[in-house]
Amino acid sequence: MSTTALASPTDIEDFGRELDELRDEIIGTLGDRDAQYIRGVIATQRKLELAGRALLFASWLPPAWIAGTAALATAKILENMEIGHNVLHGQWDWMRDPKIHSTTWESDLASPSAQWKHSHNVVHHTWTNVLGKDRDIGYTLLRVSPEQPWHRVYLLQPVYNVFLALVFEYGIALYDLEVERIPAGDKSLKETWTQLRAIAGKVRRQIIKDYLAFPMLAGPGFMPVLLGNLTANLTRNVWAHTIIFCGHFPEGAEVFTEDQLEGETRGEWYVRQLLGSCNIDGGRLLHLMSGNLSHQIEHHLFPDMPSNRYAEIAPRVRDLCERFGLPYTSGSLARQTGSVYKRILRLAFPGPRHHRTAPAEPPATDLRALA
Amino acid sequence: MRGRIEAIHPETADAATLVIRPGRGWVRHRAGQWVRVGVDIEGVRHWRTFSLSCPPGGPDECITITVKAVPDGLVSHHLVRQAAPGMIVHLAGPDGEFVLPEPPPPRLLFLTAGSGITPVRAMLHGLLYGPATRGAARPGAASPRRDTGCRGLPDVVLLHSAPTPADVIFGAELRALAVRFANLRLYERHTRTGGRLRPSDVPDLCPDWTERTAWVCGPPEMLQEAEDHWAGSADRLHVERFRPATPTAGGEGGRIRFTRSGRQTDADGGTSLLIAGERAGVLMPSGCRMGICHTCVGRLASGQVRDLRTGQIHGEPGDLVQTCVSAAAGPVEIEL
Ligand SMILES: Cc1cc2nc3c(=O)[nH]c(=O)nc-3n(C[C@H](O)[C@H](O)[C@H](O)COP(=O)(O)OP(=O)(O)OC[C@H]3O[C@@H](n4cnc5c(N)ncnc54)[C@H](O)[C@@H]3O)c2cc1C
Ligand code: FES
Repeated sequence: MSTTALASPTDIEDFGRELDELRDEIIGTLGDRDAQYIRGVIATQRKLELAGRALLFASWLPPAWIAGTAALATAKILENMEIGHNVLHGQWDWMRDPKIHSTTWESDLASPSAQWKHSHNVVHHTWTNVLGKDRDIGYTLLRVSPEQPWHRVYLLQPVYNVFLALVFEYGIALYDLEVERIPAGDKSLKETWTQLRAIAGKVRRQIIKDYLAFPMLAGPGFMPVLLGNLTANLTRNVWAHTIIFCGHFPEGAEVFTEDQLEGETRGEWYVRQLLGSCNIDGGRLLHLMSGNLSHQIEHHLFPDMPSNRYAEIAPRVRDLCERFGLPYTSGSLARQTGSVYKRILRLAFPGPRHHRTAPAEPPATDLRALA
Repeated sequence: MRGRIEAIHPETADAATLVIRPGRGWVRHRAGQWVRVGVDIEGVRHWRTFSLSCPPGGPDECITITVKAVPDGLVSHHLVRQAAPGMIVHLAGPDGEFVLPEPPPPRLLFLTAGSGITPVRAMLHGLLYGPATRGAARPGAASPRRDTGCRGLPDVVLLHSAPTPADVIFGAELRALAVRFANLRLYERHTRTGGRLRPSDVPDLCPDWTERTAWVCGPPEMLQEAEDHWAGSADRLHVERFRPATPTAGGEGGRIRFTRSGRQTDADGGTSLLIAGERAGVLMPSGCRMGICHTCVGRLASGQVRDLRTGQIHGEPGDLVQTCVSAAAGPVEIEL
């Protein structure tokens, strides 16, 4: 793989060993502080949701509508990103609290947790950025890498990507169905049907709650409450779409082919995770609201490490990369988002020819041009 | 369910009684039963079993457990040394068969050592102060006169061992009870000076021991001796274990797959499926952690397990195995 051009095999194994040590060190110090952190975030999220819904009941006052919608959107984002995503990764399983456990958590999302865990934790985290394996490359809808063969439909991708952003949670849920496996016989219709029903159940519950029950409780405030809930859901969707796309699709993120994976060692696995991920620079609020996916690199190296520790290890991971001459891609949210949209726009059109064999020596800041 | 620690009373240098107010939905226990207590230490929840040391229906429906800090004991140390009023614990139960029949037998023998007094203390209160129908005095009814027993009150002998007089948990209270109630006879053995209480000592201390119904709670050796030497009918001997008998040395071990949580881990033959699962982050149910309560059972999907108590290898697909006393004997899949 191209990584071999970056570091010698022994270096890669040393790199892996140091990361293993870093992981052990952090896992060994998990304790009350971490438990308090996640319980605190959950408590804050509950209060925000409650406040949001309460404020929306007074939504004939425009400031109340704005504040309520903002609180609700924030609560939904926190629930999906910093809490749900990370709990489902098993980051908090070590606490043995059945209320905060990957096997019991049900996220406020359209995807049933079990399906999401399969497609995300298993498929995406194992096969990160491997063409034909990691279905997260473009979520099978978009062309995000020059290695994906071009097709006419991709001409429309700048448009339908915006649509995807708006309905992102449903997009993810349907994507988890892996419908493209059905024609090949890899997946039975029956299994798909069962999954579809599970999704429908969750979607129905969400629709009833956000678009029927709460609006009706508000009586004359039906419409403002419904619109508030809709806005909150859309905001959450667009935000999640942005953060997740910034994690793997800006320039600098590499893709791999299956043959590069043959006999992959632990060290090489780490390097692939590193090269396939991009961080977003920002303050504590950004990290929190992105579910610490702003530390996408650290998250991909250690998917089950509690997210509150990513910020702590990030400087050390960066140092490590520098020492081993490996790129550590990161940029501001604006820059990474711009880069993603530029890429989606560019790859809507055929080309460019990609030179996989070209010697690659991209330092963190010098991102290879795609065109 | 959750409970709040309302107060903590030191009992001896290394034991303390915790007064806990259970959340709503607590089912009243029977004297002698235990409760499972989940304690968060350094962010991790640990479940242990403790006998309730109070009779049911205490003031404010609070319950008490009395914990002795065992050497290197994680949870017992935390509860005795670190816990403070206001701390929240998790509760499950009550449960257990170490209880008195209703009505109680006319003559009883309690054989206890160390913290083994806890369930017996709860029973004594029930027996001596008991329901009003049994004609006993109620707690707080301070009567300077010595109750002369009889009046249908059962005849109780308590043989209790502890290293020194100061190490007797509930020492002052037990002595006061023995002074007050003629139908309670207390014998304390202080093992540091008097040596261990042997089965051969019992006939001297309690000549009619074979005619009594016995409740025994103490270290494994004591329970073993009681079971070996018991001469009365088997249904009149009740024992309560706080610790597993003697865990047998490990066998081969193997890879354990927890199918429902999708985790797997390698464990040696001396590590229970329960401990291996907990280490791997699986949400393992557990209670006594020594093979008595069956809280921890999981359905075996494939492979075999070794019973850590007996060394026996057993298990067929579909069997419910107690994870706390079973170790992997080769690769194992369990539906947890
Ligand atoms: C039905 C039942 C009722 C119980 N009631 C009480 C009670 O009323 N009061 C009470 O204090 N405890 C009681 N226990 C024991 C209690 O559940 C714990 O096992 C005990 O407190 C030790 O836990 P730990 O976490 O401190 O020790 P761990 O950290 O689990 O073990 C540390 C070390 O202590 C040893 N050890 C484990 N248990 C004991 C023990 N009981 N005595 C001595 N060494 C031990 C272990 O082998 C190990 O080497 C009861 C147990 C059962 C099963
Ligand atoms: S935990 Fe009680 S039998 Fe296993």
